[in-house]
Amino acid sequence: MSSIKIELHENQVKELVEVCRSFNNEAGELINVLHKAQGIFGYLPAEVQEIVARELKVSVAKVYGVVTFYSFFTMVPKGQHPISICMGTACYVRGAEKVLDEFKRKLKVPVGETTPDGKFSLNCLRCVGACGLAPVVMVGDKTYGRVSPDGVKEILAEYA
Amino acid sequence: MNKYLVNLTINDIPVSVPEGTTILDAAKNLDFRIPTLCHHEDLCVAGNCRVCVVEQIGGKALTAACATPVSEGMQIHTNSALVRTARKTIIELLLSEHNSDCTKCYKNGNCELQSLAHEYRVGDHVFIDLVGTRKRVIDNLSPSIIKDDSKCIRCQRCVRTCSELQGVSALAVANKGDHMKISTFFDRPLVEVVCTNCGQCVNRCPVGALVEKTYVEEVWDAINNPNVHVVVQTAPAVRVAIGEELGYDAGERLTGKMVTALKRLGFDSVLDTDFTADLTILEEGTELLTRLKRALVDKDTTVALPMTTSCSPGWIKFIEHTFPEFLPNVSTCKSPQQMFGALAKTYYAQKKGLKAQDICVVSIMPCTAKKYEANRPEMRSSGYKDVNYVLTTRELGMMIKQAGINFQNLEDSHYDSIMGESTGAAVIFGATGGVMEAALRTVYEVVTGREVPFTNLNIVPVRGMEGVKEAKVKIEGCLPEWSFLEGIEVSCAVAHSLVNARDVMQAVKDGRAHYHFIEVMACPGGCLGGGGQPIPTNNEIRNKRAAAIYEEDAGLPLRKSHENPEVKMIYEEFLGAPNSHKSHALLHTHYIPRKRY
Repeated sequence: MSSIKIELHENQVKELVEVCRSFNNEAGELINVLHKAQGIFGYLPAEVQEIVARELKVSVAKVYGVVTFYSFFTMVPKGQHPISICMGTACYVRGAEKVLDEFKRKLKVPVGETTPDGKFSLNCLRCVGACGLAPVVMVGDKTYGRVSPDGVKEILAEYA
Repeated sequence: MNKYLVNLTINDIPVSVPEGTTILDAAKNLDFRIPTLCHHEDLCVAGNCRVCVVEQIGGKALTAACATPVSEGMQIHTNSALVRTARKTIIELLLSEHNSDCTKCYKNGNCELQSLAHEYRVGDHVFIDLVGTRKRVIDNLSPSIIKDDSKCIRCQRCVRTCSELQGVSALAVANKGDHMKISTFFDRPLVEVVCTNCGQCVNRCPVGALVEKTYVEEVWDAINNPNVHVVVQTAPAVRVAIGEELGYDAGERLTGKMVTALKRLGFDSVLDTDFTADLTILEEGTELLTRLKRALVDKDTTVALPMTTSCSPGWIKFIEHTFPEFLPNVSTCKSPQQMFGALAKTYYAQKKGLKAQDICVVSIMPCTAKKYEANRPEMRSSGYKDVNYVLTTRELGMMIKQAGINFQNLEDSHYDSIMGESTGAAVIFGATGGVMEAALRTVYEVVTGREVPFTNLNIVPVRGMEGVKEAKVKIEGCLPEWSFLEGIEVSCAVAHSLVNARDVMQAVKDGRAHYHFIEVMACPGGCLGGGGQPIPTNNEIRNKRAAAIYEEDAGLPLRKSHENPEVKMIYEEFLGAPNSHKSHALLHTHYIPRKRY
């Protein structure tokens, strides 16, 4: 993952440096800065962590420690269409796991990763508050209810 | 400030200690040892290993003795049934996540967890062994340090060392819960990150998760090879610490016995890094005077001042990463170890009628960064790798034990010749401030023709364990050729521990401090507290080793580097003069800017 050198867009880097400055380049603002950084880049690759470390004058290892500690932060880029499968109790008892297995089989990626073409990323979440529609799947901002393993094919076809 | 005394009982014995004292230290006053793993007196309190738990009467839960200050009327039990059970369970839990292949472990016999397991006679594993369920990753790419996470108990001594003492933070805590581990940035190998190889983490690791890379077998092979002439050099700080590996108390001076032991190990020639330490003073002193002349007489504004020392390879790697803009300020002199290697394969070879390729140079160093230094591509001035193998003080102790030498009964003997002669000025290189003191003794005398104006040559302001020391020496009564220095107050700073070095350099960078000459040693106390020194090392032990170093200096007939007869000889016969063309080719080097982020 870290062996691939990623070229960051110059204006995004500028934006990040600006974000750091807006927090007075204070080391204590690391989490807030990372939060914004993930907003800019969608994820936090080594290159972004290095810029944050340099600007806030903290060690890169410490930044990495914080990024790996909080599950909100991701070091893997999200797909063009992020898929989230609800694993809350209601969805789970109504077969969410089988739906998840079907997504895994179709996309050939494990949970937390992105397809090689960058199109889909697969994640689980806990309850979107639509338990009446269980099991629930979200693709981007769109919600799908009462999804069966057979319905997975149709959902993916919408984004083909 | 007067502190209130707090009264409490420990195991029913009353004791009064100043407020703020921890239960751990209060118990020490009564000669009760409470076991610890994450605690280290050089570092801040962590309280994460829990083996120091004690029972407080009336308390809700057991208390970590290292992290709890005493309070009035406290009743503490350090060995109650509850404590014993809890402590044993904690040790068993730690072992369930620890690769307990002790007989194959480099730290076998010097492991704090092993000792505790032994003390509490931990038997069969009670908990499910989790070690086998994890992928074992060993980082052995560094020439200095091996990191094996399967042995890590996550006490974070290394993390605190790297950040609090060294300001490097190459290691940090990553991930959480069950997956929590001590990691570099993206878990990259130590050679690819800002690690300075100082080995302070190795010196503090209670288990075998961080150890030096050993070259003992390679050295035995060289000794046993009749076609190889094996030369050994010993750093100043080794002679006052080797005893701790061999059953002596800290602070014993054992130079003579150590030389005898090295001869018995089979080295063909037992020589002294102190010889090149003296040589360093002449090279570095001349370099400083040249820089001052260029700045003051030639009004050359490009000359880099203050000049910093270059003996400590941990410091060199640190400044390369952290202040690359100050690399022109670092003396171009190689460290004494590398000067020795380059001369052993040229001058020594020539004098002894040997070929450079038939000589193997082994160094005994208090240092793990020296292993890295010897591997730097710049360190091949002789046309070969100038220093073949670097062993720590601990590894020398290991070799002496392996050879079955009864060290305590050995007679003293002298270093061989040539390159075995040294002065007191070289010995004090082993303590923080020593290089500065040695340089001042020589530079002052070169410039004025008189001895440095301190009683018995002891430049006390640069001695001691304060993090940053400053000294000013006014130069008066110059010899005619140095008249440009007349009346100048040479301003010096001495820093040890990289966190202090960083502060000094930052002050220089910000224009808050103005010095001519800065000595930096990467390790606390200087080399005597090096990462390759016996374990444990703490403040008390560092002070004892320092006292021994200054005793050694005081007892020597020659105490100024420029009086070393072999140094005079090498300039006459081989090098010409300090900073000559030949000196530059063999004894000087350059540095490489590196990335910090």
